[in-house]
Amino acid sequence: MTDIVSTGTRPHDVTSPEARARVRKRYRAEARFRFYGIAAIGFAAIFLVCLIGDVVTRAIPAFTTSYVSLEVQVDPAQVDPKGDKSPASLISGNYDAPVRNALATLLPGANDRVSRRQLANLVSSNGTIDFRDQILRDPDLVGKTVRTDVLLGDDADLFIKGHMTDVTETSGQGQITPSGTEGTITLTGAPALSAAAFTSADPSTFIRINGGWVKIIGAANGQLTGDVFMPLANTNAGDWKLVTLETPEGSRRVTDREIVWLQSLKEQGLIERSFNWHFFTSGDSREAELAGILGALTGSLFTMLITLVICLPAGVAAAIYLEEFAPKNKWTDLIEVNINNLAAVPSIIFGLLGLAVFLNFFGLPRSTPLVGGLVLALLVLPTIIIASRAALGAVPPSIREGALGVGASHQQAIFHHVLPLAMPGILTGTIIGMAHALGETAPLLLIGMVAFIVDVPTSPMDAATALPVQIFLWSDLPEAAFKAKTAAAIIVLLMFLFVMNGLAIFLRRRFERRW
Amino acid sequence: MKFATLASASALVLSTVLAVSGAEARDQIRIVGSSTVYPFTTAVAEQLGKTGIKTPVVESTGTGGGMKLFCAGVGVDHPDASNASRRIKKGEFEDCQKNGVTDIVELKIGFDGIVIANAKSGPAFKVTKEQLFKALAREVPGADGKLVANPNKSWKDVDASLPAEKIEVLGPPPTSGTRDAFLELVMESGAEKLPGMADLKKADAKAFEKVWKSIREDGAYIDAGENDNLIVQKLEANPAAVGIFGYSFLEENTSKIKGASVNGGEPTYENIATGKYAVSRPLFVYVKKQHVGVVPGVDKFVEEYVSDKAIGEDGYLSAKGLVPLPAEERAKVAEAAKSLKTLGAEAF
Repeated sequence: MTDIVSTGTRPHDVTSPEARARVRKRYRAEARFRFYGIAAIGFAAIFLVCLIGDVVTRAIPAFTTSYVSLEVQVDPAQVDPKGDKSPASLISGNYDAPVRNALATLLPGANDRVSRRQLANLVSSNGTIDFRDQILRDPDLVGKTVRTDVLLGDDADLFIKGHMTDVTETSGQGQITPSGTEGTITLTGAPALSAAAFTSADPSTFIRINGGWVKIIGAANGQLTGDVFMPLANTNAGDWKLVTLETPEGSRRVTDREIVWLQSLKEQGLIERSFNWHFFTSGDSREAELAGILGALTGSLFTMLITLVICLPAGVAAAIYLEEFAPKNKWTDLIEVNINNLAAVPSIIFGLLGLAVFLNFFGLPRSTPLVGGLVLALLVLPTIIIASRAALGAVPPSIREGALGVGASHQQAIFHHVLPLAMPGILTGTIIGMAHALGETAPLLLIGMVAFIVDVPTSPMDAATALPVQIFLWSDLPEAAFKAKTAAAIIVLLMFLFVMNGLAIFLRRRFERRW
Repeated sequence: MKFATLASASALVLSTVLAVSGAEARDQIRIVGSSTVYPFTTAVAEQLGKTGIKTPVVESTGTGGGMKLFCAGVGVDHPDASNASRRIKKGEFEDCQKNGVTDIVELKIGFDGIVIANAKSGPAFKVTKEQLFKALAREVPGADGKLVANPNKSWKDVDASLPAEKIEVLGPPPTSGTRDAFLELVMESGAEKLPGMADLKKADAKAFEKVWKSIREDGAYIDAGENDNLIVQKLEANPAAVGIFGYSFLEENTSKIKGASVNGGEPTYENIATGKYAVSRPLFVYVKKQHVGVVPGVDKFVEEYVSDKAIGEDGYLSAKGLVPLPAEERAKVAEAAKSLKTLGAEAF
């Protein structure tokens, strides 16, 4: 043992005022740094909350849908043209007419052609599909009266959800006497409503009296003139209510008449709102109320499947060869540099490559998940190779050496010992690469996956779109109801991503091993 | 070995998939082309799908891209129809002929107005084409008639009758058919009316074309991308700005924006249909006659498109914002479609 002799001539100065000041300064710097860190996280969190909050609030209307519940007289002459109740006859029947008749009996006053058309506009142009299916399931209903739910049109649906105009209702003082029950009538005895101009640029004003709706078109000398939108029960003097539609008629997509009808249906308790299952069970449609996400979801699923089937074996095999077997020379260096560069190439380039190679050279069909999957496989292959190599490299050399030491061949050591241990890392890398591919839109535009496709694809060879492309397509349509659909599709895409990332975390936790 | 099995299995799947894909008969109509016509064609496609034919696939590639695909050849690998927000060009027609696409049926389906609009809360605009040219061209005739870089900063600089707002126009990018139509319908005829420009047109047509085709790049005109919904949102956020887009977007967003009158015509449905609103263009669909009978449903598609319930006054396309043709022209289109009359070289 040798004694340790202190050679230092300068003792540590920890007590002098200068030293204390230095320490305090260091502590202050650390506190500042921690504050910056928290501020940065807070900043990022605020953005995230704003983004998600915005998307979710916009999407809410898309997740519910409105129906009108009607008692429909199933007229055999209309729905069963051949009269034999056979499926072929029933499928060719006219289901719109009975539904329109049912609406017309509920909402009297639609006598001329224009108002009959407005009446038909309330319900979706394909809203009778469910009704048809109901009759097809049970042909004995022909000739009877059936209660059925009919989907409302997109504009009517938005009004029901409160996105068209605010409706204010106030009780009137005193009683009013109407001069008639239909057509243009006068109302006497009303307290002077300001004699403002009642034009289409002003909010619409209605008087509700004796069960009817009267739209005010003029006021003078304590007398109101108005058009009857819903017939009055009688001409007795009665209590009244004032209803104002805040958004002027010219500035909204639903006419005054349609709103009166919808309000009336609502008061009769015939309008129901339910969860929009249709959104998850049907393909795209040009009608906002019918458009669903299933086609795009299946398309994305098929695309991902093709990508995975190509990427995982090819990527892992490449990584194993490069990491474990390849000699270290100029060629492997060159390959490595190229793989790293490819991982950073913009995705649109892969789209152009796919267009040139798969579509133009091999003649594969446009708009199919097969080509989409191939292109995305090229896109994520470098990522997977890099991640897999890192995972293989992280397995301690002692594992390899142990296997070799008991007589395993190099290949056996890799496949029996190293690869299973590297698998969690490889899978995590793969799933993150797949998540990247899932959100990719640009390469898919070039190979024709930006298409209007109604039928849900049943194989990777059918024409299809993918989720991000569906979002892109819906965001460009003029109907207001498609804005909600766009946001809802974004939420579905985010959910898909959450599930994939959750799977990555689960796999890592399940198989991870620490040394 | 598990890994080797997986690898060979996937290789097998891939090779079979590649093998079967090649030349397969197609039973689904394929349509490409303009994003302006896309909303209308998709609606027709969906209607057709209800009649028992497989719903056609409609792809939005832009008019030019669509024409290129359409004219590339005859056969199941090539689309059956193409949407166009302008008439087929002579060069495209010749390209078609060269590739064997000799029988093209032209369907004029209706009009689309190009609207200049701002937020409801913004000032009312009443402009003329000359004023729009002066506000948006890169070079305008100066006091002495010579071309100078556009000095106009606010609308009031352009004309005293216009609001004193900074010129800020959100419009379609150069790749858009809407931009082409806007240039031809507004900028060209606006330029012609200015002093000295008519002479320039006579003297040097190329130079004149360059003047009306050049939009200023000093920030007063902003390329807002192809997404018209985004333009509407930006207008709402900035009442001083003005946007340029298709009529259907104005119709769907009447609660948020209002259209400017151009040369005294308000952008309304009636005015576009009767030609009182000057900034409107016809829309077309081109169909390969050679595919009729080869791909099932092509003739049905044409029939559905020109039917009264689609492009008529009260048709479902008018509900989507298409402005219908006058009745007699529509009858002519329907007649030509019925006989599948093809386009000849003399049409150009």
